[in-house]
Amino acid sequence: MFQLDGNPIAFSKGDSILQAAHKAGYYIPHLCFHPDFKAHGSCRLCVVDVKGKTVSACTQPAEDKLEVYSDTAELRQSRLRLIQLLFAEGNHYCPSCEVSGNCQLQALAYDLGMTHYHYDPFSPLRQQDGSHSQLFIDQDRCIQCDLCGRASQEQDLKSVYLLAGRGQDTHLAFRSHNGQLGSTNASMDDRAAHICPVGCILPKAGNYPDIAGERLYDKIPIHTQGNHRRDEGGQDEP
Amino acid sequence: MARRVAIDPVSRVEGHGKVTLMVDDDNHITEARLHIVEFRGFEKFIQGRPYWELPLVVQRLCGICPVSHHLAAAKAIDQIAGVDQLTEAALALRKLMHFAQVLQSHALHFFHLASPDLLFGFDSDTAKRNIVAVINHHQALALHGVKIRKFGQQVIEAISGKRIHGIAAVPGGMNQPLTAEKIRPFQQQVGDIIDWCDDTVQTVKNLYLRNRPFHDNFGTAPAAFMSLVGPQDQLELYDGELKVVDPEGKTTHRHPCPQYHTLLKEQVKSWSYMKFPFLSNLEPETGWYRVGPLARLNTCSHIDTPKAEQRRQEYINTLGTPVQAPLAYHWSRMIEALHCAEAIKKLLENPALLSDDLLNQGNKRREGVGIIEAPRGTLIHHYRINDDDQVTMANLIVSTTNNNQAMNESIRKVANEHLDGKTLTPELLNLVEVAIRAYDPCLSCATHAAGRMPLELELRESDGKRLQSLLRNSDGNLVHAD
Repeated sequence: MFQLDGNPIAFSKGDSILQAAHKAGYYIPHLCFHPDFKAHGSCRLCVVDVKGKTVSACTQPAEDKLEVYSDTAELRQSRLRLIQLLFAEGNHYCPSCEVSGNCQLQALAYDLGMTHYHYDPFSPLRQQDGSHSQLFIDQDRCIQCDLCGRASQEQDLKSVYLLAGRGQDTHLAFRSHNGQLGSTNASMDDRAAHICPVGCILPKAGNYPDIAGERLYDKIPIHTQGNHRRDEGGQDEP
Repeated sequence: MARRVAIDPVSRVEGHGKVTLMVDDDNHITEARLHIVEFRGFEKFIQGRPYWELPLVVQRLCGICPVSHHLAAAKAIDQIAGVDQLTEAALALRKLMHFAQVLQSHALHFFHLASPDLLFGFDSDTAKRNIVAVINHHQALALHGVKIRKFGQQVIEAISGKRIHGIAAVPGGMNQPLTAEKIRPFQQQVGDIIDWCDDTVQTVKNLYLRNRPFHDNFGTAPAAFMSLVGPQDQLELYDGELKVVDPEGKTTHRHPCPQYHTLLKEQVKSWSYMKFPFLSNLEPETGWYRVGPLARLNTCSHIDTPKAEQRRQEYINTLGTPVQAPLAYHWSRMIEALHCAEAIKKLLENPALLSDDLLNQGNKRREGVGIIEAPRGTLIHHYRINDDDQVTMANLIVSTTNNNQAMNESIRKVANEHLDGKTLTPELLNLVEVAIRAYDPCLSCATHAAGRMPLELELRESDGKRLQSLLRNSDGNLVHAD
């Protein structure tokens, strides 16, 4: 057992703090974590306070008698700033985005009370990739969580998607001779095509399936129903 | 010495405009310029976006008639998706949404924007010539206006999830059907809506005829008219062919929509971001035309709903045809609102609204043209895509752009008749605004959105030296600066 914000949490051997918390019904905000794939620890939204140090809950193993704090004013503020940085870093135009209402980034922004960017937007110029017959890549919305990369490598056994470049130049890339998705063996049936938490990897058919008000996060906030994709079903709880 | 008079900005229209009057030595207005000074750039920044996103992106052009942009773009991307014929259910949903849109927009314009001028007089106190005064002095009329608009918005919300900027049309159809539970309240209300629209047509008619010689002449500059018409020449708002009648009412063109670019050309002028379309068989100076309710009732031979048709006959029997007076826009607009209410009633009885058969598919094409009759007139969306499904070209000719030169001509006419060459007066400023407002221009669609602004009238010599200035602040106070 360990303590999360004063609540006792049971865990199994090998569980991270985040996994144990979710099993016990406590939500810790996150974007790059998915229970089916190796933890990445890169989005930093799941940072918690352990013995005065901030660590990512998705990579920190749960230990007996740990005192972990997640729902503190300081951490809520840090998470809000991280979300604002993600919005400022890409080009996120929710009003016309087809995953608006189903987007985990947007849902967390609402959850954390984001009302503005706070940081000056980078407004980067990014090339979209429509070269694949069934999939469209909107680089403007990529948050570099590498979930597609991990799904492609660990489950699809293809390694189509990867993060290339360093620092501010880090970007989503595709393993092909010309760098285009259409020249890879990516498929609509791949798990990687259905794992993106935002609106970066999109199908070319069946877009905008729901009217406003009936989308995933329109009525139930993300801290209640967890991180889901509309076409993925429940994978991550709560 | 030639002088320049500027009215900046114009109030109670959708958006922000500025008017300059070019005056010669004999105090004749040689030219009127409605400047559109803000830039929007939708045609550029949607390049590179996937085509299925267009109805959602371009509806953000406007908060008043987003459904018109949503559906015009949807019609264009239907063609890109290779779909020429929608399912009965999808077509019924789109038409219902469109009629509701035109109804709510016409109600907004008449009751909120135009009725203060018509009810209290163009020369009444501006501080009291507004919707609040209408509510205080004409309670039933104002209440009906609010309820008609609300009804239209609620129908839109039922179909798309939101009253403004919802999600409904997708390539080849619609995303969700209606339900019986959603339709039932509308079926209960629509009878009242029809009655209130009919009453309002009578009100507008009475107001027009109260001072008919003035209304017939106010800002009237004979012009051609263009709109969609149906196969039997009936009033058609969603689909059809482009029809043009000349200033005498004679049909000069009946043109298929995909070839709109052979019917129209656009001229660019250095002093406005709004283009100047004209009929391609004529010169820019002579080929301008008008669109909107006035045009639609001049181009159609009949309306296929009974009460609106009865009101149309009464309208043309009274005013003759074609009707040229800009102030008759208000009358024709409310006849259209009545038509929309009747059409909504009929559509609500269509069981196809509940069907899941909402999508058709076809072979991909590289180009699509969507033309629809928006509340303010003919709205043209034209897109091309590349092999990667990304938009490479967009051309949008919005309703207000079609009326660009017509508005300038009406302003010039009004200013010539009412400008005292030596003094700038609030009365002149009011009259110029009334002439512009008759067209129900949406300057946000054409370029830019802004709130209610103060209004400035300037008198300048041709060398730019300011002789006189009259400023009306947003609180209604007048400030002279000579």
